[in-house]
Amino acid sequence: MSGRKGMEVSIAVAEAVKLANADVIAAYPITPQTHIVEHLSELVADGELKAAFVPVESEHSALSAAMGAAAVGARAYTATASQGLALMHEIMFITSSIRLPLVMTVVNRALSAPINIWNDLSDIMAERDCGWIQLFAINGQEAVDLTLQAFKIAEDPRVLLPVAVNLDGFILSHVIEPVDMPEQEMVDRFLPVFKPTLRLDPDNPVTIGAFGSPDVFIEVKKQIEEALIGSQKVVAEVWKDFEKQFGRTYKPVESYKTKGAETLLVTMGSISETAMTAVDVMREKGQKVGLIHIRLWRPFPFKEFFQAIREAKVLAVVDRALSPGGPGGPVGLEIKSALFDKKEHPYVAEFVAGLGGRDLTVEVFSEMSAKAEKYAKSGKEMRYEMIGVREK
Amino acid sequence: MIAEDLKDFKRFTPKTLPQEEPFVFGHRACQGCGEVLALRLVAKAIGSPMIVVSATGCMEIISSPYPQTAWAVPWIHVAFENTAAVASGIEVGLKTLMAKGRIPEKKIAVVAFAGDGGTADIGLQSLSGAMERGHDFVYVCLDNEAYMNTGIQRSSSTPYGAMTTTSPAGKMTPGQTTWKKNLAAIIAAHNVPYVATASPAYHLDLMNKAKKAAMIKGPAYLHVYSPCPTGWRHGTDLAIEVSRLVVETNIFPLFEVIEGNYVVRKNNRPKAVEDYLKGQRRFSHLTPELIQTIQKRVNEEYERLLKLEGLSAAAESKTDPKEE
Repeated sequence: MSGRKGMEVSIAVAEAVKLANADVIAAYPITPQTHIVEHLSELVADGELKAAFVPVESEHSALSAAMGAAAVGARAYTATASQGLALMHEIMFITSSIRLPLVMTVVNRALSAPINIWNDLSDIMAERDCGWIQLFAINGQEAVDLTLQAFKIAEDPRVLLPVAVNLDGFILSHVIEPVDMPEQEMVDRFLPVFKPTLRLDPDNPVTIGAFGSPDVFIEVKKQIEEALIGSQKVVAEVWKDFEKQFGRTYKPVESYKTKGAETLLVTMGSISETAMTAVDVMREKGQKVGLIHIRLWRPFPFKEFFQAIREAKVLAVVDRALSPGGPGGPVGLEIKSALFDKKEHPYVAEFVAGLGGRDLTVEVFSEMSAKAEKYAKSGKEMRYEMIGVREK
Repeated sequence: MIAEDLKDFKRFTPKTLPQEEPFVFGHRACQGCGEVLALRLVAKAIGSPMIVVSATGCMEIISSPYPQTAWAVPWIHVAFENTAAVASGIEVGLKTLMAKGRIPEKKIAVVAFAGDGGTADIGLQSLSGAMERGHDFVYVCLDNEAYMNTGIQRSSSTPYGAMTTTSPAGKMTPGQTTWKKNLAAIIAAHNVPYVATASPAYHLDLMNKAKKAAMIKGPAYLHVYSPCPTGWRHGTDLAIEVSRLVVETNIFPLFEVIEGNYVVRKNNRPKAVEDYLKGQRRFSHLTPELIQTIQKRVNEEYERLLKLEGLSAAAESKTDPKEE
């Protein structure tokens, strides 16, 4: 399967899980995650992947079973989307707090209601504070690479936290893209067998998931916070190692044509590629527009973010989730609060767009860029604007 | 087949009880707790090597207040409703790591403990899933007939007429207005190899069933009656007494379902249910009429159980080649 070829991104992700030699896969079907787990169950059924596939009866059980497997030292994987992620919500916090490294692909899809199977980020954004490392892929190659990297990051003894690799439902998960599938041998070198620090082992009994009184609770939370913040160093190391072995470079915040740009679009996920095309079009017209996209959402890469926006006058932040009744969407909120203490900072215009799969075209990105500049010029306070809302 | 799995099975006798205590002293259960006794006996019967999963509940909080633990065997607690799912992951994890040669090949018992709320209510879905998938594990429901850890709220396993904090005996309703959910029958309907009920008053019976459950390949389910003096409002010295009376009155008959066939421990001269009910203040409001209603239901349930056993025996003799 190695080499560059056209593949559906979901299949490519499943192949990456196979390359990672996952031991246990527990999953429950939900659109648009299904192609990933269908392909994995085929790989297991054909003996191409020596793993157990546990077809659980809910997403809650999918994550719970993956945790059980990780607790005995198996490399565990699951995948979900939308309502399934919401059903896992309770267990998400426990996974990170018990420090069990496992990897989950989240094929981002809108949360109901109205029930909708299409893409936005409302599912993962509701899990912002669950203590997981959260990565966002912009294309099929990244989805594959981040999946391989995710296991290495999660299992590092300095980290021991679960990792969510996000890819946009349908607009990324179901498209066929050229993907360079690495050789098994190279992956094995990059990602050796999981060696757990602690595991449920009858020869060395441990108690996992103990009851924490007010005397110890804060200390445990502090450790998780430190591990999550500290994981950025490990993420950087893993990316450096990956670059050395596979030749592809990854950064927490990517910049596109930011040199000389006064306005920057700020995006996450696969819409970034469309937004780059919009930047090209605007640049051709002589507009000083660039783009940054955030690949590492948790832990938030403050330093790299400040570095990336240091020359910008206006930020046009694109949020694909909403905090109803609040100050805007999660990404805008994050950025505004990050900039609050800075003496000088760019004007931040925030746009909530693309909810429930509403198409985000090159024109829409140009519109948001122009609007951001207009808001900045007016100097008026702007919370956020919802883009593309039909009044009739 | 069970016969093959149990070929080395030896019944415990008072002289052959194991020395090992997987669940040790120093836990924080209430005085006179019947549940922690049942837990300890099951753990003792199964013994190392074992991995224990506990649901949220009394037994979890009393055994694991960090930095202490009452568990001398590997133990994990994740949440309330997912005990069977976590056990599933442990079981397939061990199996896969053994198959890949990453850990030594040996039989490790995976044992899940949950209360009646964690089993009959919030955990029923994940339990049903794990049973249906056929994982090799033992699931033990320690049934104290209400949510005791949160302060004695009713569950679907609370018996008819019992007073709890959410099924109070009021002017309009006499405590719990529904009949206890029949968990053992629900699990037996999954066609798992082994289901049994047990009571800590019959400790050797309980331990033998636990041992069998662990030796049998595939899912096994133990439903263990677990008196709660705190919630049932009876003396702290009466847990064993109550555990015996519940069996002697046929309110909680002891039986096994072995590969679908019911085997009932017979009690043809049952005591009156009143003998059981009168000792617990959770039933103190019951009128003679309500006690009669309960008596009638208990008689019917027991008759039905015997019929199920009869059906099993008929089916067995039909398929027995010697008969043909």
